[in-house]
Amino acid sequence: MTLDTVKHATETPDAEQPWAALGLKADEYARIREILGRRPTGAELAMYSVMWSEHCSYKSSKVHLKQFGDKKPETDALLVGIGENAGVVDVGQGYAVTFKIESHNHPSYVEPYQGAATGIGGIVRDILAMGARPVAVMDPLRFGAPDHPDTRRVLPGIVAGIGGYGNCLGLPNIGGEVVFDPCYQGNPLVNALCVGVMKHEDIHLAQAFGAGNKVILYGARTGGDGIGGASILASETFDATKPSKRPAVQVGDPFQEKLLIECTLEVFRERLVSGIQDFGAAGLSCATSELASAGSGGMRVELDDVPLRDNTLSPEEILMSESQERMCAIVEPANVDRFLEICEKWDVIATVIGEVTDGERLEIFWRGEQIVDVPPRTVAHDGPVLNRPFARPSWQDELQADAPTAERLKRPAGGDELRTAVLQLVGSPNQADKSWITSQYDRFVLGNTVLATPEDSGMIRVDEESNLGVAIATDGNGRFAKLDPYTGAQLALAEAYRNVAATGAKPLAVSDCLNFGSPEDPDVMWQFAEATRGLADACLTLGTPVTGGNVSLYNQTGAVAIHPTPVVAVLGVIDDVNRRTPMAFAEEGQLVYLLGDTADELGGSAWTQVAHDHLGGLPPRLDLERERLLAEILISGSRDGMIDAAHDLSDGGLIQALTESCLRGGKGARLVVPEGLDPFVFLFSESAGRAIVSVPRSEELRFTEMCGVRGLPATRIGVVDGDSIEIQGQFTLPLAELHEAHTGVIEALIG
Amino acid sequence: MTARIGVVTFPGSLDDRDAQRAVRLAGAEPVALWHRDKDLHQVDAVVLPGGFSYGDYLRCGAISRFSPVMDTIIEQAKAGLPVLGICNGFQVLTESHLLPGAMLRNESLHFVCRDQKLRVENAATAWTTDYTVGQEISVPLKNGEGRFTADARTIDELEAEGRVAFRYLDVNPNGSINDIAGITNAAGNVVGLMPHPEHAVEPLVGTGRTDGLGFFTSILKQLVSS
Repeated sequence: MTLDTVKHATETPDAEQPWAALGLKADEYARIREILGRRPTGAELAMYSVMWSEHCSYKSSKVHLKQFGDKKPETDALLVGIGENAGVVDVGQGYAVTFKIESHNHPSYVEPYQGAATGIGGIVRDILAMGARPVAVMDPLRFGAPDHPDTRRVLPGIVAGIGGYGNCLGLPNIGGEVVFDPCYQGNPLVNALCVGVMKHEDIHLAQAFGAGNKVILYGARTGGDGIGGASILASETFDATKPSKRPAVQVGDPFQEKLLIECTLEVFRERLVSGIQDFGAAGLSCATSELASAGSGGMRVELDDVPLRDNTLSPEEILMSESQERMCAIVEPANVDRFLEICEKWDVIATVIGEVTDGERLEIFWRGEQIVDVPPRTVAHDGPVLNRPFARPSWQDELQADAPTAERLKRPAGGDELRTAVLQLVGSPNQADKSWITSQYDRFVLGNTVLATPEDSGMIRVDEESNLGVAIATDGNGRFAKLDPYTGAQLALAEAYRNVAATGAKPLAVSDCLNFGSPEDPDVMWQFAEATRGLADACLTLGTPVTGGNVSLYNQTGAVAIHPTPVVAVLGVIDDVNRRTPMAFAEEGQLVYLLGDTADELGGSAWTQVAHDHLGGLPPRLDLERERLLAEILISGSRDGMIDAAHDLSDGGLIQALTESCLRGGKGARLVVPEGLDPFVFLFSESAGRAIVSVPRSEELRFTEMCGVRGLPATRIGVVDGDSIEIQGQFTLPLAELHEAHTGVIEALIG
Repeated sequence: MTARIGVVTFPGSLDDRDAQRAVRLAGAEPVALWHRDKDLHQVDAVVLPGGFSYGDYLRCGAISRFSPVMDTIIEQAKAGLPVLGICNGFQVLTESHLLPGAMLRNESLHFVCRDQKLRVENAATAWTTDYTVGQEISVPLKNGEGRFTADARTIDELEAEGRVAFRYLDVNPNGSINDIAGITNAAGNVVGLMPHPEHAVEPLVGTGRTDGLGFFTSILKQLVSS
């Protein structure tokens, strides 16, 4: 076969090219020809096709994501914003924290173990590439019906993959979510978050400056796995008629990644790196074009020098391979020897594959001939931008009109019925204890885990001397977002924000993972447009900028899309982790206060799902100023020692939160239904802006005065006491019975 | 002068910095040892930390056992150098034949991470003198292949000679024989266990208990007084 060189491409303008099979549209192919002034070579076509895919180019979502920049709140905390591998936030004392959440949905359905494992691997390299030591991971997961046979294939594989990779990498897994809903049956969601810590001066960026500087590829050898993986898989709807996509899934080696981390941190420490990029989706195509595009412009790469696992790979395949555990560094010539020496120390293969040039082209050579000659920016940044049509779905009004009123859905009345409903709720798979899953993850390694799942947020000590720490929570509620994507996205943010504050940390910044169906469906695009608009508006009001994240579209099998599922991660800072607030009610005699207002808001609630398999009406109303006030009270209460425990109220309402706090602390509680409130609404409503706290009697006056002065409703609803949850005048539930209902559920279904 | 306690870093060691922290909190000086370096840099004792050295490829601990540093450690351990193997370190010790037995995959076939209750069975080893026999402690446990096993004769020997150092209480998390969590060699200088005492040294992090600190204070006292 003739090598398709630049020269050859110029001479054979009419050669047939497989642009459609590579996922390009006719107008996109025409544009590539226009940019280059000739037809692309096979290698160029491969690069453009992966970089212009939905997954890499954000072509459908870009016009909406712009709002995160346009509506960015004023903040001093943001050191690096959207566009780099991950955003960086100033947390004080000279420390910077970088964090990001990403999806690995499609590969995880095709091949659960490797799909989920490489999801962790990819996000960890993003964090590492910013110059930070990765210090923790989290993983929000969504599966189909818990009793569906395929869930037994998908869930154990995904959990084992996350554990297998993360545990072996030595990163504590400190939180996440596990949600079941039939809408995720053919499209489970595997989102992965990583957080890293560095000093301000250690921030590194993905840019290639300085003609003559060397391009060093280091890490694993390049193989034929995952060719076009993320970029192809995640840019199309699953369809039973198409061939198996298993070969498009990458295979991970966490041991190699661990070496890569230590090796990279050491070359950073010795200041040997002037630019760095990890290899994620679109592999070498992405890394070289992004580095060159963000730098001074030119780069020359000798593709023959790339270490291969399989010598029969074609240059196109090498450019598209998504083999894991690889990084690319830009190194000044004087530092190259030392760089290679450190790689050798860690048994990491490192090879100079090219250099930065003073030109403006990305030039790639193979067997002495030029096969790529492109302006890098056209590959990396000037991909297509689509204004996809969107329209409010015709069924939206009907869905919202189907409100779960007492007339429509029978509500439990009287003590016995309420008691039964509580056991049913806390024992339902979504509300049950998740430790069968989370105990497969190491949460202790690195020795700085202050709080981990099932606490409201994960908390990591950043500095062992000063006890500075960060807290992170991720939340999302696809049911709320389905009912109203604008409010649903805001509720996800509000919940994560509240969770961070509940542990005593001040929320600073946001990363989001936007999981939606096919952008080619105007209904889905409307959900996406509404969710991004809602999230951007709420971030502006709460003063927490979006620092980065990821969009996952095409989460759809055939015509059935998942619920719109924006998952929001909020990062907060706490000056002294000794002051953290746990969720456990552990001290008898302490007073239980309900903060916030409770209304009859059951639309999309856990109770409607568990008791009636119902989804309709509107999600709870959201008052962002109230959320901010609640957070301030929770943080002050923590800092000044006024509250000993706090737990946010979200899905499942008050009774779910109370059950979790009591079981965690091994203590019961006696509660009184506040005057004017229906007992059912008191226990099961999911009104936003609420939390329960336990207050030492000695602090009661100070605490209630603070709430009174600030205007936050605080209702004393009971006392921590005994070994039962007693709702006076209604029912008593021994902790043992609650424990029995709440635990072992996942194991019984999946284990 | 305080004692110098070495902590070996193999490729894939994960809890090495945690072991160093525990050594420091106990009042000793942690010394980082590198797997390629045969020189132990005059340390008075060695900790083989947890992790997945060499990715657990082949068998847990099987490749590390051939590291240059292990040549020296094996030789000196036989001459009395105190060595503590935690989790993967315990696996390295059995692969090195400094301790008998081997570790199988957990009975549940899952990795398990939990706060584990243990009973101290031998308080006379170099690493356990700050405990009392029968004392109950809680330390984190996290492993996928922690199911201690050995042939019947070896188990009988370990039991008869009081060389079972720790036993799991309440729950046997991995199906190990006789609930064995950790063992010692006959001389008492080499101890290996699957749970992680270095993650129970500060009230603030981990499980919030300090039950594991005794390992490091035990060795420190012995080294300083000798």
